Amino acid sequence: MKVFGFHGGIHPPENKKQSTRASVRHLPIPKALVIPTQQHLGLAADPVVSVGDRVLKGQTIAEPVGRISASLHAPTSGTVTAIEAQPVPHASGLDAECIVIESDGLDQWIDHQPIDYKGIERTELVKQIRQMGIAGMGGAGFPTDVKLNLGSDHIVTTLIINAAECEPYITADDKLMCEHASEILEGIKIIQHLLEPTHTLLGIEDNKPNAIRALNEALAEADIDLDLVVVPTKYPSGGERQLIQLLTGVEVPSGKIPADIGIVVQNVGTAQALHRAINHGEPLIQRIVTVTGEAVEHPGNFWTLLGTPFSDLLSAADLKPGAMHRLVMGGPMMGVAVETDSIPVIKTTNCLIAATESEMPEAPAAQPCIRCGMCEQACPAQLLPQQLYWFAKGKEFEKAKNHNLFDCIECGACAYVCPSSIPLVQFYRYAKSEIRAEELEQRKADHARERFEARQARLEREAIEKAERRKARAAEAAKAQAERKKQSESSAGKDDTAALKTAAAVARTKLKKAEVALKNAQDKGLEGIDTLQATVDKLKQAAVEAEQALQSYSATETTASKTDKREPTPAKPDLKALKQQVSIMRTKLKKAEAADDVDESEIESLKARLEEASQAYADADNALIELAKTAGIDLKQLRIDLAMAKVAVTKIERAISKSDDETEQETLKADLETAKAYFTRLESQLKPYE
Amino acid sequence: MSLIRMSSPHVTRSNTSSGVMQLVLLAMIPGILAITLFFGWGTLIQIFICLVSGLTFEALALKMRGLPVSRYLGDYSATVTALLLAVSIPPSAPFWVGLVGMFVAILFAKQVYGGIGNNPFNPAMVAYALLLVSFPVQMTSWNLPYVLSGSEGWSIPPLSDSIAMIFAGSTQVMDAYTGATPLDILRNRDGFTTEEMWRSSQTLMSGAAAYHALSAAWFMGGIYLIYKKVFTWHTPVSILATLGLVSAIAYGVDPSNFVDPFNHLTLGATMLAAFFIATDPVSSATSNRGRIVFGIGIGLLIFIIRTWGNYPDAVAFSVLLMNLAAPMIDHYTQPRSYGHKRARLGPKGE
Repeated sequence: MKVFGFHGGIHPPENKKQSTRASVRHLPIPKALVIPTQQHLGLAADPVVSVGDRVLKGQTIAEPVGRISASLHAPTSGTVTAIEAQPVPHASGLDAECIVIESDGLDQWIDHQPIDYKGIERTELVKQIRQMGIAGMGGAGFPTDVKLNLGSDHIVTTLIINAAECEPYITADDKLMCEHASEILEGIKIIQHLLEPTHTLLGIEDNKPNAIRALNEALAEADIDLDLVVVPTKYPSGGERQLIQLLTGVEVPSGKIPADIGIVVQNVGTAQALHRAINHGEPLIQRIVTVTGEAVEHPGNFWTLLGTPFSDLLSAADLKPGAMHRLVMGGPMMGVAVETDSIPVIKTTNCLIAATESEMPEAPAAQPCIRCGMCEQACPAQLLPQQLYWFAKGKEFEKAKNHNLFDCIECGACAYVCPSSIPLVQFYRYAKSEIRAEELEQRKADHARERFEARQARLEREAIEKAERRKARAAEAAKAQAERKKQSESSAGKDDTAALKTAAAVARTKLKKAEVALKNAQDKGLEGIDTLQATVDKLKQAAVEAEQALQSYSATETTASKTDKREPTPAKPDLKALKQQVSIMRTKLKKAEAADDVDESEIESLKARLEEASQAYADADNALIELAKTAGIDLKQLRIDLAMAKVAVTKIERAISKSDDETEQETLKADLETAKAYFTRLESQLKPYE
Repeated sequence: MSLIRMSSPHVTRSNTSSGVMQLVLLAMIPGILAITLFFGWGTLIQIFICLVSGLTFEALALKMRGLPVSRYLGDYSATVTALLLAVSIPPSAPFWVGLVGMFVAILFAKQVYGGIGNNPFNPAMVAYALLLVSFPVQMTSWNLPYVLSGSEGWSIPPLSDSIAMIFAGSTQVMDAYTGATPLDILRNRDGFTTEEMWRSSQTLMSGAAAYHALSAAWFMGGIYLIYKKVFTWHTPVSILATLGLVSAIAYGVDPSNFVDPFNHLTLGATMLAAFFIATDPVSSATSNRGRIVFGIGIGLLIFIIRTWGNYPDAVAFSVLLMNLAAPMIDHYTQPRSYGHKRARLGPKGE
C-alpha cells in the first residue's frame, strides 16, 4: 500500500516504552463510581435512575437526548447514591451532573444476550449500538451510531480504522491491538456490515511492531477484507484528516466532514467496544487507560471501569508521593491538565500522565515572535501559524479567518517547535471563540433588526389603515349629517359650508384678538396673564376645531357623492383563538432562536408564520372595531375605559382594607358600588365584541 | 496536592530564540576566521567595537522602554546584529564607523519599531546602507587580501597597525594596506574588458582566491544552519540561483563586459547575504513560497545594482528593498491550506 505524506508534523520524544512492558492489568472495582452524564459529543444523557435505586452491571442508567448523544450504563452492580454536580474531565475545570454508584462488590451482570447483527434490520442494529452507549474512544467521543447511520446522501467508499495513536506516552490502543486483535477485527466486520465500504484500511504508526504483528496474525485467521497500512511515526498522523491524507492522498475539504467525500474513520478501541456490545451484549462500561509519567513507579495499562476516579488508577500504578506536578489526561500534545485526581474515567479517557516537574516544566515566559517560520514548517494543516498569531494578538479576527484559522486542528505542533515559547494554541482558541461569539452576536443583531423592521412596517401599515378608516368614518358621518340636514332643510348644502366658513373665520379673529391682548399683557407685565393664556389656548382649540369641521365637511361633500353605502359588516371572528395563535407562534420562535444549533430556515418560516398570525389577529381586531363603530361604540376607548374602571375598583378595594375610619369606609364602599356598577356596564357593553 | 493547570501542549522542544541566535553566531565562526586570516586583525577589533556599543545601546533602549534588560540581552539578537555589521564594514574603518552604525542599527532600525521581532528592515543592513551613503571613503577602503602564496605580495597588517588605523585614523598605514575591492575593479574598468582586468590587476590575479575562500567559509556556515533547521533552503537557494542564472546569461551574451557567474557568487558579499542577512526571519517574507520570491528579488537586484548601479556591491540595498516588499509578498504567497482548493491571496485573503 502506498503511503502519502502530509505537510509538517513533528517528532516529539515518544515515551511509549515505559507503559508497554507489562500486559494490561485489571483494576479492582472501586468503592464508588462517578459517571458524568456528558461523556461524548452532543447533548448530555438523561438519568433514568433515581437516588436509592439498585442497579446491575450493564443496566442503562441514562438515556440519550436528541440525535447526537449516547446512553450510559452502570459499570458494576450497586446502589445509586447521588445524582449531583461533581468534578468531571473537561478542559473548563467546571463541575457537571454525575450519577454516583456505590458498588456492592458483587459485580452482578444484568441479563444480556449477543445480537445476531446479520439477522436483523440495519436500523435495528444502529438502534442497538446507540443503546449500548458506544462513542468514539479515540478522543472526541462522537456517538458511533450517528457515524454508522449516515443516510442515503452519503455513500461510503472507504472505511479507515485509526490505529495510529500518534500522541506520545499513550499506549492504550497499542496494548489493545496486542491483546485483542481478533476482537478488533470482529468489530470492524460490524462496521463493514453497516457501511458496506468498497475498501477498508487500517492505519498504524511503525513504532508499534508488536501490535502490527498481532494484527497480521489475526488477519491471517480472520475472513475480512482489510488492508493494514503502516505509516511512518510522525505527530499528528492520527489526526483524522491527516490519517485520511496519509492513506488515501485525499484532503477533506475545509468545513466538510470525511463522510462528505465517502470516508468514515473509526478508532480501533471503538471497533473492539462494538464487538463486545453486539457479539456479547456488553454495553460500553470499561476501557483501557494508560497510566504513565515519571511520577508513577510502575507505568502500564489498565482495564478500567468508567467512573473510576483517577486516584485509583494512580495508586494502582504506584504514584510516588509528592512527585506529581502536573496531571494530564490524554496525551502531552492535546491533553488537558487537571487540578484534582478525584475526576473519573470516561469513555474518552485514554491516558493519564502523572508528570514530575522536570518532565513537564512550566513553560518559560513567552518571548517576542521573531518570525522564524518553524511553526509553518510544523503545521499539518499548512497554515501560517505566526501570521495567525499576529492577527489573534492584534484582534484582527477577520484576517485570521481569511488565513483559515478554522482549519487549525489545535494539534500544538506549532507551539511545540516555537523557539520563543509562545502559547500559540491558546491564541488560536481565543481567536476562534471571539469569532464565534462575534458571529453569534451578529446573528442576534440581525434577528433584532429584522424584527424591528417588520414591526416598523406593521406600524406604518396600521397607521395608513387607520387614516383610511378615519377618512371613511368622516365621510360617513358627513353623509349622515348631510342627509339629516336634507331632511330638515330642503337645500342648505351651500349655506352649511358658508356657516362653517363664517364660524372658522370668527374663531380665527377671536383668537387673534386674544393673542394680541395676551402679548400686550405680557409686554406690560400686567396681572391676569394666566387667565388670558387659558383663553388663548381655548380659542386656539376652537379655531382648530372649526377649521377641521370645515375641511372634513368639504372633503365629504366631494367624496360623499361618489361613495356608496359601507360594505356589509363582517362576521365576528374568534379573537381569542387568534390571540392564542399569535402567542403560540411567538413562543415557538423564541424556542427556535434559543436553541443551540440555530436552524436559520426554520426560524425564517416561524417568523413568517408569526407575522401571518399577528396580521390575522390585527385584521380581526380591526374588523371588530369597525363592527362596534356601526353600533356607535368606540371599541378602543371602551377597552381603555374598562381597564381604567378595573383599576379604580381595585384601588378603592385596597383603600377600604387600609382605612380604619368607619365613616370613611362607608363612603368608600359607596364609591366601590358605583365603580363596580360602571365596570359591569362597560363589560356588558364590550362583551359582544370580544 | 497542588497540580498546575496549563493549556496543551504540555511538552515543547527545548529550543529557544536565544538558542537559534547562538547557532547563527556559531555558524559565523568560519567566516570570521577567514576574514581575519586574509584581511587582518581589523575585523576582530570591529567586532569588539560593535558588540560593546551595540549591547550598550540595546541595554539603554530596553531600560528606557522599561523592559527586563538581562532577559532581552540574552536573546542574542543584538549580538548577531553587531557581528553582521562588524564583518560588513571594512576591517580598517575608523572606530566611530562601527559606533555610528550600531547606534543606527539598534536604536533606529530596531528599538523604535518595537524591538526584536518588530523591525521591518534588517538592522545591520540599515546601518550599513547609511554608513555607505554617509561615509563613502571610509566604507569603500577595504583591506587588500593577504595571500599565502604571494612571496612579494601583501601581508596582513600587524595588530599594532590595525589599532593605529582604527583608533588613530593613520592614513599612511591605511594606504599601505587598503585598496579597491575586486568587484570595484571589475566595475570601473576605464574601457578595458573584464578579461583584460583579470590579467592586469594584482588584486584580481592573486587576491581573488582570498575572496573565494571567504565566500566558501560563509557558505559552510550557512549549510550548517540549514542542517540545523535554523532556516529553510528557500531564501539562500533562490538568491544564489537567480544571481547565478542572470549573470550566466549576461556573461554568455557578452563575456568582456560582464562578470562571470562564479565570481558574482564569490567575489562580493553574496554568500554572506544569502545565508546570514537575507535569512533574517523578522524582516523577510514568511511563507516558503514567499521566501523564494524574496530571494529571487534580492538576486536580481544584486545583479542590477552591481552591473548598472553606482555601488560595487549591492547586498544592503537589495535586501532593504526586498524587506520593503516583504509584506506584499506575504499577501500573495500564502500556502494552500489543507482542505482548500487554492490559496487565498491578496491583502484581504480572498
